[in-house]
Amino acid sequence: MRDAFAKELSAVAAEDPRVIMLSGDIGNRLFDKYKAAFPDRFYNCGVAEANMTTVAAGLAADGLRPIAYTIAPFVTMRVLEQIRVDLCYHKLPAIVVGVGAGLSYASLGPTHHSMEDVACLRALPNMTIVCPADPVEARLALRAALKVEGGPTYIRMGKKGEPVVHAAAPDFKIGKVLVLKPGRDAAILASGTILPVALEAAEKLAAKGVSTEVVSFHTVKPLDEDYLAAAFARFSVVAVLEEHGLAGGLGGALAEWASDRDGLKARLVRVASPAEFIKECGEQDWARARFGLTAEETARKILARLGR
Amino acid sequence: MSPAELAELRGVASRVRGRVVEMSHRAGTPHLGSSLSCVDILVAAYWKGLRIDPKKPADPARDRLVFSKGHAAMALYAALAERGFFDPALLAEYGTDGGRLAEHPSPGCAPGVEVATGSLGHGLSWGVGFALAARLQKRPSRALVVMSDGECGEGSVWEAALFAPIHKLSSLSVVIDYNKWQATGRSREIMALEPLAKKWEAFGWAASEVDGHDLAALSAALSAPPDPAGRPTAIVAHTVKGKGVSFMEDDNNWHYRAPDAEELAKARAELGLA
Repeated sequence: MRDAFAKELSAVAAEDPRVIMLSGDIGNRLFDKYKAAFPDRFYNCGVAEANMTTVAAGLAADGLRPIAYTIAPFVTMRVLEQIRVDLCYHKLPAIVVGVGAGLSYASLGPTHHSMEDVACLRALPNMTIVCPADPVEARLALRAALKVEGGPTYIRMGKKGEPVVHAAAPDFKIGKVLVLKPGRDAAILASGTILPVALEAAEKLAAKGVSTEVVSFHTVKPLDEDYLAAAFARFSVVAVLEEHGLAGGLGGALAEWASDRDGLKARLVRVASPAEFIKECGEQDWARARFGLTAEETARKILARLGR
Repeated sequence: MSPAELAELRGVASRVRGRVVEMSHRAGTPHLGSSLSCVDILVAAYWKGLRIDPKKPADPARDRLVFSKGHAAMALYAALAERGFFDPALLAEYGTDGGRLAEHPSPGCAPGVEVATGSLGHGLSWGVGFALAARLQKRPSRALVVMSDGECGEGSVWEAALFAPIHKLSSLSVVIDYNKWQATGRSREIMALEPLAKKWEAFGWAASEVDGHDLAALSAALSAPPDPAGRPTAIVAHTVKGKGVSFMEDDNNWHYRAPDAEELAKARAELGLA
């Protein structure tokens, strides 16, 4: 996913001279080609994320399109106030890229986990939040984010080696879901790189006779309300699967959305992490399982809610 | 600077101070001492140091003043009004319900206000961003950041201080309004600020110290050509909190107090405005 992003960055930078890359001392070799092509448009901002974020604000206020890139918790929660005041309050079109969504860097420990970033940023006015599911969506998300006006966009990226889900480039629009597999009884709305787990859960449900729609719900803010209205009217269960804490993520957003509406047919199921730091070490798949973010658990929760 | 020119600038500074004291009185707002200490810095910047045109506040080639000590917004508003960026009648909206001028400046609240500030420690990075943007877009703009001494406690200030010299941002300057107080005490007793100018020098800046109420010296410092070695510039301006009104000078009660009608009249008389 990182490689796809880096490639697309070089492509968009060639098309748009306003693109300026700011890195928080990571991804040096990843961006070698970009740096070679655009030596005056890459700044290693060092281990100083607050400065990097506000420098992005200054560049954006002066008509440029900065991209501030580093590990997810450091480019979001560490600098939440810079994002809030300098980017959101000023309605500036900077792009904040957090690499290491959710438990991508599970083995590095909770300092490097990012299970609360969406909750923190979702509360901010003028904020757009995109969680691409695979390398294809990562490229498309970057292109789409460069067209956003009136506020910053957070792209919550995975790391490397995520499987490609989209065989062909989908019609990617910020705020519009991508339906991967239609269904009749239930829907799983997956946010981010955990999408393949949703597809696996749908297969398990199919084996139990439950026809399940699978959707890449890449944009957490703004919500695709048209899709939600249709989905909550059609399905018996709408499930959210996300590599994020239960509080304030996509599941939280849908709970808020649903509580403001009457007569919804579907019941909401949230598959997300409890509010807990892991103390043991382990890789991403282990950590997902530790928090119940698996196909089995997703299918079990949906079946339980269906009364089966 | 000729004596006549200096006298004129002093008159400007007195009028700005008069407006500031009146705003604090009318709205009952704090941060009067912090506002008065930086008036001469703003006058030297807007009348002498910066290349700006009050009639073209959005000119891409303008110099940018980032007013990082946003709590002293009264001084910024009064200076901009006096300089002709907007009708001074707008100052009457300061601190009123639904008014455009808040106690900390909001984005685009008035012509000449470049950046919304109020959370301390952001301004220097804004200045870095503006200086970089000007270089990348081949514009002649300079960036001048006005910061407070208490603000130097914010870690982000030092992030920016470490970053700017590496990129030889000689078009970036910071003036520290060193009035020796922060909200609840002597700034150098709360954080180890001293030696302040030497800190900036050690961080790779062209650092100097100036009497922050000497309009000729401030004007010279703010009009100086960029450092030939390419360093950004840090000017430690020694100031007096509450400067210009005898009973407010160096009295930190005026961080929070607002003057009553009698005190306003006395202040105006001292400023030669009565």
